Amino acid sequence: MNLFLLIEIPLLTAVLVLLCRNKDQVKWVSLAGSVAQLVLSFILLFAFRQESAIGNKAQMFFEQSFSLFAALNINFHVGVDGISVAMTLLTSFVLLSGVLVSWNIDKMTKEFYFLLFLLALGAYGFFISLDLFVLFFFLEVSVIPKYLLIAIWGSGKKEYAANKLALMLMGGSALILVGILGLYFVSDHSFDLLTISKIKIGIDSQRIIFPLLFVGFGVFTALFPFHTWVPDGHSSAPTAGSMFLAGISMKLGGYGCLRVATYLLPEGAKEYSTFIIVLSAIGILYGAFATMMQKDLKYINAYSSVSHVGFTLLGIGMLTTTAITGSMMQMVSHGLMTALFFAVIGMIYDRTHTRMVNEMGGLMKVLPFITTALFIVGLCSLGLPGLSGFVAEMTVFVGSWQHDDMFHRVATVMATMSIVVTAVYILRAIAATVMGPIKNENFSHLKDATWNERIAAIILIAGIVAIGIAPGWLNDLLSPGAEIIMNRIGAIQ
Amino acid sequence: MVEFFILMKNELVVIAIIFFLLFVKIGKSISNDRLLPIIQLTLLLNFVFSIFFNKEGDISGNMFQNTPLFVFEKSILNLAVYIISLLCSGWLRKTQNLAEFFILLLSALLGMFLMISSGNLLMFYLSLELATIPVAAMANFDLERRRSSEGAMKLILSSAFSSGILLFGISLIYGASGSIGFTELSQRISGASSLEILAFVFFFTGLAFKLSIVPFHLWTADVYEGSPIATTSFLSVVSKGAVAFIMLTILYKVFHPLQEVWYNMLVALSVITMIIGNLFAIRQQNIKRFLAFSSIAQVGFILAGMSSGDKAGITATVYFILIYLFSNLAAFGVADVIANRCGKENIDDYKGLYGTNTFLSWMLTLALFSLAGIPPTAGFFGKLFLITAAASKGSYWFITVAALNMVISLYYYLRIVGAIFMGKNENPIAKIKISSPVMFGFLLCGAGIIFTGFINWIYDYILSLTL
Repeated sequence: MNLFLLIEIPLLTAVLVLLCRNKDQVKWVSLAGSVAQLVLSFILLFAFRQESAIGNKAQMFFEQSFSLFAALNINFHVGVDGISVAMTLLTSFVLLSGVLVSWNIDKMTKEFYFLLFLLALGAYGFFISLDLFVLFFFLEVSVIPKYLLIAIWGSGKKEYAANKLALMLMGGSALILVGILGLYFVSDHSFDLLTISKIKIGIDSQRIIFPLLFVGFGVFTALFPFHTWVPDGHSSAPTAGSMFLAGISMKLGGYGCLRVATYLLPEGAKEYSTFIIVLSAIGILYGAFATMMQKDLKYINAYSSVSHVGFTLLGIGMLTTTAITGSMMQMVSHGLMTALFFAVIGMIYDRTHTRMVNEMGGLMKVLPFITTALFIVGLCSLGLPGLSGFVAEMTVFVGSWQHDDMFHRVATVMATMSIVVTAVYILRAIAATVMGPIKNENFSHLKDATWNERIAAIILIAGIVAIGIAPGWLNDLLSPGAEIIMNRIGAIQ
Repeated sequence: MVEFFILMKNELVVIAIIFFLLFVKIGKSISNDRLLPIIQLTLLLNFVFSIFFNKEGDISGNMFQNTPLFVFEKSILNLAVYIISLLCSGWLRKTQNLAEFFILLLSALLGMFLMISSGNLLMFYLSLELATIPVAAMANFDLERRRSSEGAMKLILSSAFSSGILLFGISLIYGASGSIGFTELSQRISGASSLEILAFVFFFTGLAFKLSIVPFHLWTADVYEGSPIATTSFLSVVSKGAVAFIMLTILYKVFHPLQEVWYNMLVALSVITMIIGNLFAIRQQNIKRFLAFSSIAQVGFILAGMSSGDKAGITATVYFILIYLFSNLAAFGVADVIANRCGKENIDDYKGLYGTNTFLSWMLTLALFSLAGIPPTAGFFGKLFLITAAASKGSYWFITVAALNMVISLYYYLRIVGAIFMGKNENPIAKIKISSPVMFGFLLCGAGIIFTGFINWIYDYILSLTL
């Protein structure tokens, strides 16, 4: 399996999109590109499972490397483990449904899809690269398209939101850059993830570099108190933009926290785990309570994202195999769920031209498909068994409970409490939107989802249900990667 | 004799063009439309010429030295002048005194060539003057505008002042070491006596004026604003590049024994230059002033890379200037096309540019992203290698400051990008037809911005030259 294809197809699609002559061509080329990418991700998944089945014990599969800047020891080194495979799969799901949801975009169609594929390119490259320089490159590639997507196609106070997002994310990547350069010099001039993981890094250096990297990636994944770009950015972005932001971009941070910060600097991770747990528990509760007060559907999902993504960081902070597996599951689950949520909100907004919960009501009667999707995603969000949210959060809690001291227990209980709050705000919002009589006369002859919206929603729902009903395959995919990280942490004592 | 021709080939070609222009001026006049392509062609030839027959050596008793690295640096400057002559051809065609303008510009270029190759403080000083005085005349080339004269006056005064300080530094160096040859100086400077340090400080201050390092930057914005854009882009790219190149030779070779002194100095100057340049750039309304402050901030990054004191520092600096050339010239090119067409130079005028001029908008966006160091543009690689070089001394706070400054700079670059794409303007800039030489210049810059970072042998090639 040639991993470079995962980067080449979005790149090719982006270039083709630029060459298209009219909007229809742009759309179909994008659709073809994203379908090809989804197929490729599935091929990768099966190839990966096959390799594992025949007993390949390598840490990273399908490794490839060629030299970029030999003098600085920078190589384009790619390779995947189960975690990366899951992430590429998630990205492909969100990309395809994002393309479908944006089908009717009229303003600068070509530029819109170009930026969407550039963003996807950054995400794919980030998930598969094993060289810190290349990883950082792709991380930054994905920042500016977000700015332009929000600034041009967004709504509300979009310039403010776009600026805030771009500057906060770039601030995060500045910290990451310093951390990476620190690793580069500590490890005697290597950017290679696997090489650095074999080098013993002194505790003094770990104490400095770990917070830089963790906070840097934490900004991307809404680590409290660096989460403030999330609500503004998500709510101002166009539908596909929000789906990407919450579904993929925030996962870049979580993946980086785990793969770069925790994996390379286990002693640092151990030392700072208390801070991580406290901050993520605050983030979970704060996000949940802040959501209670929101009236705008997009803000509801944005703040609830802060809360849900907190579980990812909590799982990483707990430093047990189960918790880390759970946190990766939460990334996949939340990526699908939140993408669907934003897609549905976008569909509702396109029809009703409002996102305010109290202005809607009784939409079930006119928009049965869309509201059903909203129901499913709401239930997933509040952790109904059978859907992906339950599996992921449950795994995090089980992993957290493996610690038997007071501090970890209290943190876990605090985090668990957020589920109750989640149930309150989700059920309240959905009830107000979907149930009851139709409040607004204009809503009574709205048209239900079109074919592209249906496909987009069904793809994401399929993912959520697949994880919810049969979580085993995802667990098998993720836990070996988590074990390797835990082995490094276990080796400290 | 053959060696003389081979070693000085670039200089000789430039001299030949200058003489040609002088004859043109004396004899029958040629229209600008015919003269400009001839000049562009010869500049291109000189660039191609510098690829072949490269030899290391010195002539005139070590006054003039040439190494492959120097030839490469010269060809960067030559390329920059070629691109300027393409991008600003709209303005150049209209000017009445095209021949004079190029005589001045090429004299300055000749001065820079000689300066890069100089092996002696005397030669260095003379060529530095040759590289400075014509630029002041060029700054005054918008004859109808008073601001242009004001800018030229500021430039000549500050240049004279800095030359005085520089000369004082040179005399102190001579006093301390008894020599003015680069090779002897590097052996005689011990790093022990305080007179040497004092001499170095004066000498460096003189150079710092030319490179507009904070706190010697005050002339920059006014001169940039007043001058015609062809001069401004020459000042900001070619002039700065040349001074940065000679600074590499001086710091790394001549004052090598004082490395500890100049490391601290460069770090301090780099930090304040970045911060002041960035903070002032935020408030600017005029695009030329804006680019002036942004280029001050860029100099801060160059100093950061230079501070490393090893091969990586030289390579990163030269590499960055190559990329900076494409990015900054593209930005100035867009400003020139617009100013030339409708006289608008304010950032507010750029609002809604995307609606009318798609190509110019993308070009400016690409250039600004490259200046900000956003991948996949080449600026990302340039900045990152500079910071990597700076990090080699292991100072976390220094690279943190540098990295955070990249974020500040992003803020003001995004301000312009935001204005282009989202700004609403009742009276937007009309659709501008781009003539083919300008288009070619833009394409060169665009290709440079997009591909330089990915053509990885460029970095390795520069590194191989530094050996």
